[in-house]
This record gives sequence, structure tokens and C-alpha cells, in this order.
Amino acid sequence: MKILLIAEYRDGQLLSGYSELLGFAENMGAETAMFVVGSDAALPAYGGKLYLADAAACGEFNPDLHKQMILDVVAKEQPDMVAFSHSSYGWDLAPRVAYGMKAAQVSEVVEVKDGAMVVPVCNSKLRRTVTCKTAQTVVTLQAGAFTPVEADGSPAVEKVAVDGQGRVVFEGYEEAEAGGVDLSKAEVIVSAGRGIGKADNVEMIAALAKALGGEYGASRPVVDSEWVEHNRQVGTTGQTVAPKLYLACGISGAIQHLAGMKKSEFVVAVNTDKDAPISEVADVLVVADLLQFVPALTEKVEAL
Amino acid sequence: MNILVCIKQVPDMESKFKVAASGTWYDNQDLAWRMNEYDEYAVEQAVRLKEQVKDAELTVLCIGSDKVKETMKKALAMGCDRGAHIDDGESWAKEPFEIAGIIAEYAKDKNFDVIFTGMQSQDRGSGQVGVLVAEMLDLPCVSTIVDFAFDGGAIKAKRELEGGVKANVTVQTPALVTCQLGLNTPRYPTLPNIMKAKKKPMESIAVADVLKVDARMETAAMYFPEKKGGGLVLEGEAGDLADKLIAILKDKTSVLK
Repeated sequence: MKILLIAEYRDGQLLSGYSELLGFAENMGAETAMFVVGSDAALPAYGGKLYLADAAACGEFNPDLHKQMILDVVAKEQPDMVAFSHSSYGWDLAPRVAYGMKAAQVSEVVEVKDGAMVVPVCNSKLRRTVTCKTAQTVVTLQAGAFTPVEADGSPAVEKVAVDGQGRVVFEGYEEAEAGGVDLSKAEVIVSAGRGIGKADNVEMIAALAKALGGEYGASRPVVDSEWVEHNRQVGTTGQTVAPKLYLACGISGAIQHLAGMKKSEFVVAVNTDKDAPISEVADVLVVADLLQFVPALTEKVEAL
Repeated sequence: MNILVCIKQVPDMESKFKVAASGTWYDNQDLAWRMNEYDEYAVEQAVRLKEQVKDAELTVLCIGSDKVKETMKKALAMGCDRGAHIDDGESWAKEPFEIAGIIAEYAKDKNFDVIFTGMQSQDRGSGQVGVLVAEMLDLPCVSTIVDFAFDGGAIKAKRELEGGVKANVTVQTPALVTCQLGLNTPRYPTLPNIMKAKKKPMESIAVADVLKVDARMETAAMYFPEKKGGGLVLEGEAGDLADKLIAILKDKTSVLK
């Protein structure tokens, strides 16, 4: 079996996710080739064949051109599978490449079980195994699902290029808003999820955080609802944290949130839904109504 | 301007799920159904575009059995002009390539200037349908947008990347965009608009008339992930729970000095 791995660059830097693609390939017992739109200046540690397109020439984000170059490499290498990270780059490009290859695409693979791809369903509450009906397949891999392989050596580079402009014009990156609260330094974080119900209840979460000598954070839905400012968001598109205590209040535990807090030393989840995915990472699950439990806990902690 | 927004009806993710007898999907019984959250942002943005350009018609498309009409009515009450209901009692079993094929077949001769979809559904979560529809119709596509502006035939959008970074992109219409959470604040339908929505046209199309592609994959088995265990579950009265948790935190962590 041969897998074509698609690595990523962002702002001139090679992203580390390619080592998880290598871990996946090792897990599959497959030989590999790699494709990346990047530069000579930052090559992956990888001993195999690397198809390298110049990001300065075609842009780090240009779906039309990237797709065409990958299809060209696929035609040459004839891989059984093309593997992307399930990232903003991967989930955008994978369906385009799959369409060009007339291949089935399996999104967000979390595991390979007896040769079958396993993917999450319903916010990770369920899993399913899928069977592909096409000879070639395209997969995207959930971040963190496969153990990274630290490869060594330097790749045999073959330069690739393509003519044309692409229809989506990339104008540049916009960095995250600077300033705000650095949650990565907090020893205790109390985070509010959608389960807090309304903006007024953020105060109750902040009070508990204060009583515990920590900071308060929030999950994405709470930030999207503008109950809490973005610079307190924990998760893939917010901050990655590792406090001594992480207290998740009314957070179901979407994978993007878990990715941002799973390195916490001790996790307490307060939730009425015992099946919520957050319970998978929680050391203690408190099944309770937040509006009763949080003020009661705050009062008792303050009295210590 | 001719605008299409594609929506899906999904179970509320807080529901208690059961695996169906077939073993390949969740049991559709005893679930509360609602509009896919990502699609609420798509509908809102489509309505805002219609309000901006004024001379526009906005169609909402949904695939499923008769029960999805309830969700379509919400989109109509939010401001869509007409519904296109693809009648399919087996839509739950269709994989993204088939769903995209149905939408593209419906849209191919209708000259939509902008097509909105959610970036993924909450149940399948493949993130493929919108991008595949664009590929099938040979339209440019911007996925995962968190900002959208239309001016003089061009869309300026921000794509959400990892770590709070965004990518600014521009694309000429006709084009397709897939909408990420937080793109806007979806409106609540008002009572007068809910009443008006009942009179809006709703076309029904048999799925057999628009399904021209074959499935490329299928679900072999569905199951609950194994509980990794270890986690202690506390239940009871709030005050007692607080005492128990404080005792655990004193024992297991150093945060309560």
C-alpha cells in the first residue's frame, strides 16, 4: 500500500502535523510519498520522496492550484490513499482532490480498526466504521489521533509547479487579537460552556474562578454568543491550556475544545448529560444543575 | 440576484442517542430535531445578502422526509423566499457525495450567484458537501468563513484557521461559501414572519429525479466509544456534592491550600 501525505506550511513555517501523517502511515504499514506547498528553507525531516511546490509562486492558500498539483502527483505516484490533516487546510482541499480522483473521502479519521477507518458522529458521542467502494481513497486525520513519528533524513525533493491563477485570491493572514488574558499561565481555570444558559451566568463562573484563585475561560459557543470575549476561549481556535485544575461547567466537550485542555492535570466536569464527551477526559464528573452547584461550591471554597 | 442556501435537519446533540436495530446508524425515534447549527449561520448570511442587494430571490433547500419541512419553515420565517424540499425518507443513509450530487443536480441549471452551506453537519460532520457541490458545479468555493462581505460582484471573506488566525480571501461570484460558527448572530423568527412563512411557496421534488450519482462509501457499523473509565461520577444534592468535590480536590490536587 502507498499513501501520499499532504503536509502544510503556514507563514513560511512547516506545520508539525506531518509527523502524525507519518504515524498514520506507519500504523497502516504503508510506503509513503509526501507533497507540500512550501519552501526549500524549511523541509520536513523525512527520508522519502517529497514533491515540493514553491509557496512564493502559487501562494500558501490557493485551492485551485494546490488541487491541480496534488492530482498531478497522484497521476504519477498512483497512491492507494491520499492523507491530509483534518485542519482548515485539509478539510478544504481533501474534497476537491477526492472529486478529481473520483475517490471516496473519509473525514476526521480517529482510529484504524482491523483495517477499517473509524470516524466520530454526533459531536463524538458515537463512532462509526466506514467501507469505501472506490479503489483509491482520500482521508483526513483528526489532530492528535495518531502518534507522531519523528522521522529523520532529508527528502529526495522533486519540484512541482502549475500554471494559472486560481479563482480564490488569498490576500494574507490576520493574526489573533493580541493582549487579553494568558490562560496558559493559570493554575486553575473554570470554563463556561453553553450549559450555563445565558450571559448573566458568566458572573457565577467568574466568581468560582476567583474563589479558587484562578481565571475563567469559555468554550466556543459561549464566545460566539458574545457572552465572553474571544481572548478567553479554550480550544483549537483559542488558547491551549494545561492548568493544575480545569473545571468545565456545562461544556459538552467538542473535540476542538478537548484538544485545547486535555493536558490539564486534573479535570472536573459539571454537566447534566452523563454521556457528554467531556466525561471521557474528566477525573470527576459532577452530575448537577450548575445554577445550584456552582454557587454552593463557591461559597464553601470561600469559607475554607 | 439568485441565492441558494442548503440546510440539514439534525437531532439536538444533547439528545440521548441509541444505535438503531440495523447497527449502522442512530435510532431516529424519540429525538428532538432542529436546524444544523452551522446552517443557521448560512441562512442568516444569505438573508443579509438578500436584504443588502434588494433585488434578490433566496431559495432554501433541504433533503429529507416530510418532517424536515418544520426546519425549512424556520428558514422561511428567517427571510428565505421559497423552499425546495427534496423528498427522501432515506436521506439519513446518504453519504456526502450523494447529498452533494443531489444539490448540484438541483442547482445546475438555475444560475445561482451565491450558494451558502454550513461548513459541516453536527451529526455526520464530514465537512465535504459544500466543497463537493462547488466542484460539481465548477464554482470557486471558500470554506469555513467567519466573515462575509459582498460588493460589486465580489465576495470578501475571512477563513478561520487554527490558533485564532484568519485568512483574508476574495472571490468573484458565482461562488459557494461554507459557514463556520460565529459568522454572525442568527435572528429569531418573529411571530408575524412565522405566519408569513406558511404562505411562502414550497416545491417538492422526488429524490429519484435528482439523484444521479452512486454512493462511494457506506457505514459498516455504528457504536458508542468505549468508556475509558477511571472518572468518578458524583450525584446528589448540590451542597453535599460541593463538600465531596472539595475533599477530592484537597486530596488529589494542590490548588486548595
